[in-house]
Amino acid sequence: MATETLTLGKALNAGLRKALENDPKVVIMGEDVGKLGGVFRITDGLQKDFGDQRVIDTPLAESGIIGTAVGLAIRGYRPVCEIQFDGFVYPAYDQIVSQVAKMHYRSRGKLNIPMVIRIPFGGGIGAVEHHSESPEAYFAHTAGLKVVSCASPQDAYVMIQQAIASDDPIVFLEPKRRYWEKGQVELDAPLSEAYPLHASRVARAGTDATLLAYGPMVRTCLDAATAAAEDGRNLEVIDLRTLSPLDLGVVYESVRRTGRAVVVHEAPSNLGMGAEIAARITEECFYSLESPVLRVAGFDTPYPAARVEEEYLPDLDRVLDAVDRTFGW
Amino acid sequence: MAKGDPGAPARGRRAAPRSRKATTGDPELVQLLTPSGERIESVTGPDGTEYRVDFTDEEYRGLYRDLVLVRKLDAEATALQRQGELGIWASLLGQEAAQVGSGRALRTQDMAFPTYREHGVLYCRGIDPIMPLGLFRGVDQGGWDPNEFKFNMYTIVIGAQTLHATGYAMGVAMDGKTGTDDGEAVIAYFGDGATSQGDVNEAFVWAGVFNSPLVFFCQNNQYAISEPLERQTRIPLYRRAAGFGFPGVRVDGNDVLATYAVTRHALDNARHGQGPSLIEAYTYRMGAHTTSDDPTRYRIASEVEAWQAKDPIARMKAFLEREKIADAGFFTEVDEQARREAVDLRERVLAMPNPEPDTMFDHVYPNGSPLLDEQRAQFSRYLESFEGSAH
Repeated sequence: MATETLTLGKALNAGLRKALENDPKVVIMGEDVGKLGGVFRITDGLQKDFGDQRVIDTPLAESGIIGTAVGLAIRGYRPVCEIQFDGFVYPAYDQIVSQVAKMHYRSRGKLNIPMVIRIPFGGGIGAVEHHSESPEAYFAHTAGLKVVSCASPQDAYVMIQQAIASDDPIVFLEPKRRYWEKGQVELDAPLSEAYPLHASRVARAGTDATLLAYGPMVRTCLDAATAAAEDGRNLEVIDLRTLSPLDLGVVYESVRRTGRAVVVHEAPSNLGMGAEIAARITEECFYSLESPVLRVAGFDTPYPAARVEEEYLPDLDRVLDAVDRTFGW
Repeated sequence: MAKGDPGAPARGRRAAPRSRKATTGDPELVQLLTPSGERIESVTGPDGTEYRVDFTDEEYRGLYRDLVLVRKLDAEATALQRQGELGIWASLLGQEAAQVGSGRALRTQDMAFPTYREHGVLYCRGIDPIMPLGLFRGVDQGGWDPNEFKFNMYTIVIGAQTLHATGYAMGVAMDGKTGTDDGEAVIAYFGDGATSQGDVNEAFVWAGVFNSPLVFFCQNNQYAISEPLERQTRIPLYRRAAGFGFPGVRVDGNDVLATYAVTRHALDNARHGQGPSLIEAYTYRMGAHTTSDDPTRYRIASEVEAWQAKDPIARMKAFLEREKIADAGFFTEVDEQARREAVDLRERVLAMPNPEPDTMFDHVYPNGSPLLDEQRAQFSRYLESFEGSAH
């Protein structure tokens, strides 16, 4: 079994390479994905090896990227679209919500749009405005789309391949501030035996409270759990992985044991993923709860200027503060 | 060959009509049949292309039959809406020639991306006209396989389909299906209002830089619901193509012959790998935008009357009569066929069953969703909770 230490970004690159090798219908398209290898180098070297018909530098227009990808999908291709930054996805919003998401439904199942829309999302890199947003709720709210986010190099490598192989249209959210974090990646493990794409997973077992996160906040929550352990509190961390559909079975099981749950995300809290998760935990685990489900999230402001983003983003202290509050109920 | 394809090889072609100059007084407009039904042998477009058609009598009669049938079926759908049997209808009245001319110019292997008004193109593709009526009756949202019919589902969001057409055309080129006589071409339909949309302009950019085998077919029917052309553009629409680096031509969209000639030429260029082009079919929406609209609020009767005089069917009939290509018996027979097909359409629309409520959960995802399975089960239990429920 070939196991390598890769950054999350390199693991995505390896996963994309494998998808291109395995299926001649897979095409990558986006701004600067070719010669440059993308602004984050996620597609580095792929155009050189697969040619400019498989890895396509597109004109600079996001609706055009998604709209033409719909046409390519109707033609039988499997487009993997890169949106350069989260804040640039909105020009494509109509195509994603009104076309990508609804084609299968409108055709009564006769047409599939097996498209992956990769979006580097979230903050923490000191970027200028429109480069640090967390738009997941917009997409998770849309029937016909599936939404996933990876948090580790191993998951990045496997999940991108699973998303491309899926016939569902999938918004694939990449935690851009974690692109450079390293981890062990099994490169040869068969996809058919991999952990399912649309399934949550316990990232750290614990007994006292349950932290729920996805994408960039999984690392934050794991760090919080390590710090809490030093104070004698044993926190369970669940990596949700799939935001639409949510897979909450493992969450309910955990919360029934711990009685306490804190949902953590960078996106603003108002009507965010945490609201839905809290509502459903309340419905399913009402008699097990020792405290209301709490949320630690971005504030309901536009994403702020970079020099204050550390205050905006949930961090270890804010997570532990929320955990403390669940014990004070 | 598609049903009744006038491009089919045929013997006994008519002698070419007398050579004429365009009588429209509009040098920008490609026209082969004047409003009074006079044939013009050939016309040279703005880029020097010579347009002509060479049809047999049977083919001329076939085009006339298409025009009449398409208008009659459209009128039947309007009537069905007025009687409460359709939720809404977007009539093509006045645009029959633009649709029949371009629709018949398509070859079997070509792919079309319609708006929601291309009932005439659909008919010419040999597709059962009942197909889109489920959408307007409210029993489905399209429901057909675009690849089976080489005709995409109707697209209601204005201009969105032009990008789909462009991507599909990119795929045609990537598949190596251009560059020969049997290459594939793609046609994207849209209207004058759509030319203001970002998606349409992005499609122009894309098709241009990727040299896609695509014909942009704009039916300029002069109105985007209530807004006149002047609210969309300062220059003739076909001239926009120049800015994107491909040919543009304006054709008399009420002239089925010229529309056919111009579209066939553009499609053949596309299939031979010569890239995209824009056709502006200059026409007029004689009816309302949809059955929910009231055009008397924004246009004057004399304008409508002026366009009435350019009617696409009347001029074709005048031509057939003048040239003795068809007799009274033929016209009666076509009217009778149209009546029969309209009655048949009506009966089948009335027989369309309503969908079962829980079918709303079908086909949201190819791979399904546990969330939806749960909601469907809950919904079923809810329905079953009613005493005496049939569910």
